[in-house]
Order: sequence, then structure tokens, then C-alpha cells
Amino acid sequence: MSQSYHEMWEKLNLDLPAHDGLLQVLGKFYGDIYMSQQGRLQGMEYLDFVLSEVHGLRIKELQDAKAQGRKVIGSFCVFVPEEISLAADAVHVGLCSGADAGKEEAEKLVPRNTCALIKSFIGFKMAKLCPFTESCDLIVGETTCDGKKKAYEAFGELVPMLVMEVPQQKRACDRELWKAEVLRYMVEVEKLTGKTITAEKLKAAIKTVNDRRRVLQRLNRLREADPAPISGRDALLINQVGFYDDPVRFTASISTLCDQIEERIKAGQGVAPKGTPRLLLSGCPMAVPNWKLPYVIESSGAVIVGEESCIGTRNTRDLVDESGETLEEMIETIVDRYLKIDCACFTPNTERMDNVAAIARELKADGVVQYTLMFCQPYGHEAIKLGNRLEKESIPSLAIETDYSMEDVEQLKTRVEAFVEMLK
Amino acid sequence: MIAGIDVGSRSIELVCRRDGAVVHTARRPTTFDPRGQIRSLVAGLPLERVTATGYGRTLVAQTLAEDNGPPVETITEIKAYALGVRDLSPEARTVLDIGGQDTKAISLTGDGRVLKFEMNDRCAAGTGKFLEHVANVFQISIEEFGAYALQGDEALTINSMCTVFAETEATSLMAQGHRPENIALGLHASIVKRTMNMLGRVGLTHPVVFAGGVARNPCVVELVSRALGREPVVPDNPDMVGALGAALYGSVQ
Repeated sequence: MSQSYHEMWEKLNLDLPAHDGLLQVLGKFYGDIYMSQQGRLQGMEYLDFVLSEVHGLRIKELQDAKAQGRKVIGSFCVFVPEEISLAADAVHVGLCSGADAGKEEAEKLVPRNTCALIKSFIGFKMAKLCPFTESCDLIVGETTCDGKKKAYEAFGELVPMLVMEVPQQKRACDRELWKAEVLRYMVEVEKLTGKTITAEKLKAAIKTVNDRRRVLQRLNRLREADPAPISGRDALLINQVGFYDDPVRFTASISTLCDQIEERIKAGQGVAPKGTPRLLLSGCPMAVPNWKLPYVIESSGAVIVGEESCIGTRNTRDLVDESGETLEEMIETIVDRYLKIDCACFTPNTERMDNVAAIARELKADGVVQYTLMFCQPYGHEAIKLGNRLEKESIPSLAIETDYSMEDVEQLKTRVEAFVEMLK
Repeated sequence: MIAGIDVGSRSIELVCRRDGAVVHTARRPTTFDPRGQIRSLVAGLPLERVTATGYGRTLVAQTLAEDNGPPVETITEIKAYALGVRDLSPEARTVLDIGGQDTKAISLTGDGRVLKFEMNDRCAAGTGKFLEHVANVFQISIEEFGAYALQGDEALTINSMCTVFAETEATSLMAQGHRPENIALGLHASIVKRTMNMLGRVGLTHPVVFAGGVARNPCVVELVSRALGREPVVPDNPDMVGALGAALYGSVQ
């Protein structure tokens, strides 16, 4: 990334030497994991560019938007309704949380036995490494686990913070609670932006976000093909970039990429030979640059054909019904859509078990790799339940518990390779 | 001649087969120069094909490629142990492999394929490293430590799963005046308890074959027998099973 951004980063109060170091590591990591792949699609160059400029050009765009009076809202979770942010003309972005940055700093605010994702977003802030966090006029948290819930109390002292209460069951009274939270969010966003959310604007925002979901759905369907037309690493990257990039530009670029993938499928081409073991990756979300496990899997003679994750199908599977005309109708459809999310924070959450099995069958996956972040209670519990369910359905599965560090890479390789050997 | 090499954290084993029979075996400590050890193990052998396993499996491939040696394929220890055990005990349904840095429990299908496996996490609890560490504390060689522990008459409870904390616990027990043999027995029992949990998770079915370097420890074998209620099958050279499996893999490819 060019020197020309240094001034901007300095204004954002980043720790410049540490940030330079981070970008260097990230660049090398990206090169090793992504640029080394054989037979990548041309359309991936767009993603390479977006990622290389993720702390540069994209941040400049955010600053330009702010200069024009627009607000920037950051979030960590697919529960925060982006439609409402966009309807108030705000920019909505995901925040940094996929690397072991500022861990020691974070441990001053949260216990050591906290998942890597939480430590990371706090660490990025405390070590002054995330230009997204520093660009935000509001950061929206949510009560999807106890770790995050408590961490936002500490985080809220450092940033302008709003926490939405996500219910943990899906009864009528929970829906009422969630609707009240969505309405509260709308009021807060209007207050922040000074804009009134009209039916017309919300309708357009619903369409924008649905279009992005639709193009990602299309991408997921194309991955049913054997040979796999795109690597799991690239598909994960697309899903990750979807949280940062401008939604309209992103949708157009991924649409072009999908056209290329269709041609590849027609020509019978793929990133791995036909018959390569196909795996579904399932579980905790993977923010940039959390590529360790996908890289281990795809260096072990398997190809990832789907991500059952918040950075994957959980974010894209359900659309907001577009038939609503009044604000009230649209709020109802937004509330309904978000309550379909099968996050492990819900009890019971049997729909997730059904969904994982269904996705595995649709994508003709030979097995499922369950990814759980260490100390993530909700997904840790569900890993046991899901393992049993998949065993009943004769779908082989492997449960992995890890974090963002590299100390267990060799053990992970052995496990994943042994799992792949079992499937051959 | 077709070879299997198992590069473990503590030792490297070599098994060579020709016309369906084992014709040569060798073993060396891994040391901090595994590359040199691999080279000296294969030096002068007319190898046509090599299959490497163990945590240093890719190092074998790199080293022999540099030396313009025979082609190398790699398989995991899990597959290698399944193949080796299948050859030595065709009726086996469960494999316990305790090596230097990893413990593995593997369940096999009736025809010898891997059905399910469990492996310890990034920690040395319950592995050969654990025994090596505590034997050092007792100032007894690792080879004699099992026989020493068998002199105990009461296995004292060691609660900690962590190698370093287990040592702290052992030190506390010594300070309380307990017989060191009983403390050593307790340390062995803590490994076996952990191992039994792992076997339970893969679905323990008899007969169980106990392989890997720690199967040479008579105390662990005795305690595993007691916990299982019957003796596990321990191969003559339990630490060679991985290399044998690798050689067998190379023979059928």
C-alpha cells in the first residue's frame, strides 16, 4: 500500500509503525495463501485489488463520504440490519477482528479465556490498528453471546457504541422484543445521520442488500459443480470483502465473476480435479485475515465447497421480502428475515442442524469440517450436537477447535489430512 | 525395495519391504537434525519408493528430493497406524497410539479402514513428552520409569492435565511425605485416564491394539489392561507400526 495514505492514517490516530508492520504481515500472508493458487479466475483480481486497498482506498472512500456529511456505522454481526443504515444514507462496514493483533492489550479489558474474535476487535482498537473502527461514527454491538455482551461494556468506553438486544428464543414475545430493537435502531440511526428514513429509501436499501445476497446465493449454487469452479479460499474472501466494500460495486463485480464461473463450468474446468474430496466448512465466522483453516484444508487435497457461517450462507440464505410498501410493512419483513438467522445463540436451534445437513447434500459435500473458536460456548456446544446429527445422517465430520495463532498448524494439518484420507 | 519412514518428535523409524516381506528395519533418535538422520537411515539402500509419515513427513519428501532420491508420498500417522495394525492384527477394531508428542485413538471398520479418530490438542498432556518430563524430575531414565512406577502400591491422584502443573502436584505430594513410587504410579494413571476418555470418544471396540513408543512402558500397559478389563494387543515393536504402515501403503500403490 502506498505511502500516500500515511497522512490519512495519522489523522485517524493509527499507530503508524505498528500498522505498517501489520500490513506487511498481511501482505505476505495473502501472497502465500492466495496468490500461490493455480488456475484462479480473472475476476479475482478485483478482490486482490480490494483487499490490497482495504486499509487504503476503501478508508479514503469512507473519509470522502464523511466529508460529504454521511455517517459511518460499523458492526460485528449479521444481526445488525444494514438496510436501516443504508436507508439513512450511512455507510455500513464490518470491523477488523480476524488476527492476533493487540492481544496483550485486549487482555487488560477482557479475560484471557475469551475467544480470539473478541480479543481481536478490542486489540485492534487498543493497539490503534483498525482504520475502519477509527472511521466509525457509531459501532453497533449485539448480544449474541456472553463474551461479546460483556466485552461491549468495556469497548463502549472506547468508542461510540450501541448494543442491540438479540433474543435467544424465537417465540412471539421474542419477535416483539426484536422488533422493538429494530425500531430503536432506526431512531438512533436517524438521530445520528439527521436523516429521516422514508418508505422509498428503505425499499431501495432492501433491494441493495438483497441484490448482494442474491449474487452470493448465485455464487453458492455454482459451487455445486464438480470439479469445483472456485476455491473455498477465494469464495471465503468474496464473502469477507462483502462486509467492507460498497454493496453496489461489490454486487456488480461478483456478478461478472459468476459469469466467468459459469463459462468454466460449461468447459468442465475447475480449481481441483473432478473427484477431489469436497468439504463444507461450518461454524464460527471467519473475519479477514482468518484464513488458517481454509488454507490447511485446501493444502490437504480437499476443496471447500461451502461456508455455513455468518461469513457465508448464514448471511446470504434469506432475503428480506420485497413486497412491503409502507415503512411499517418493511420493518415487519426485516424483523422476520433477521429472525430466520440460525445463530448458535438461539435455544433451541434445531434449524441449524437441518440447514447444515441440507447444505452438505446440496453441495454434494463428502464431509463437514466444523470450525469452533476456542472459548466460543454457543458453537462449542453445537459442535457436539451437530457431530451427532451428521453421524446419524452418515455425513462424516471433523470438529476443530482453534484460534488465530499459528502454534497448532502442524497438528491441524495431521487431523485434516487424516480426515481427507478417510474420505478417499 | 519399498520403504516406510515415520518421523516422530523423538525417533525416526524405517521399515523396508521386498516381495511382501519386511527385509530391513532401523531406528534413530530424531535429534535437532532430522534431515541428517533421515539421510543416514536411507543411505546405501536400493529404495524404489518411499512413503513418509509422522510430523516430519514432508521433510522426508524435501530431503530425498534434494538428494535426487526415490519418489516420496506422504500419509498421516493415523492412516499409517491403521494400515500397520491391520497387517499385524487383522481382527483389531481400535488403535491406541501414544507417541512422543501426540496421542491418537482410532476406530477401524471391519475391513481395517479408519472410521473415526481423536487426537490430543496442542498440549503434551498424556503423551510420551509428559512421561519424559516427569521421569526427568524423578531423575530416572525414561526406559526405567515404568518399572519404577509399578513398584507403587497405591496410585495417588494427580488432577492436573497440564504437564508443568502435574509436576507441581507431584512435588507437593513428595513434600507431604508420600512414597515416590506411588506418585510415579499416579502420574502414569493420569495418562491412562486421559487415554481412556479418548478411546471412549471414538467408540471403544475390542480388540484394542496399543502401539507407539509409550506402549514400551510396562506401567502404562498394565494400567491400560486394568482399565480395559482385558489386555490390549501390544506389537513386538510398537514404535515401528507407523513405519510399517507407511511401507505397506507404498507396496500397494
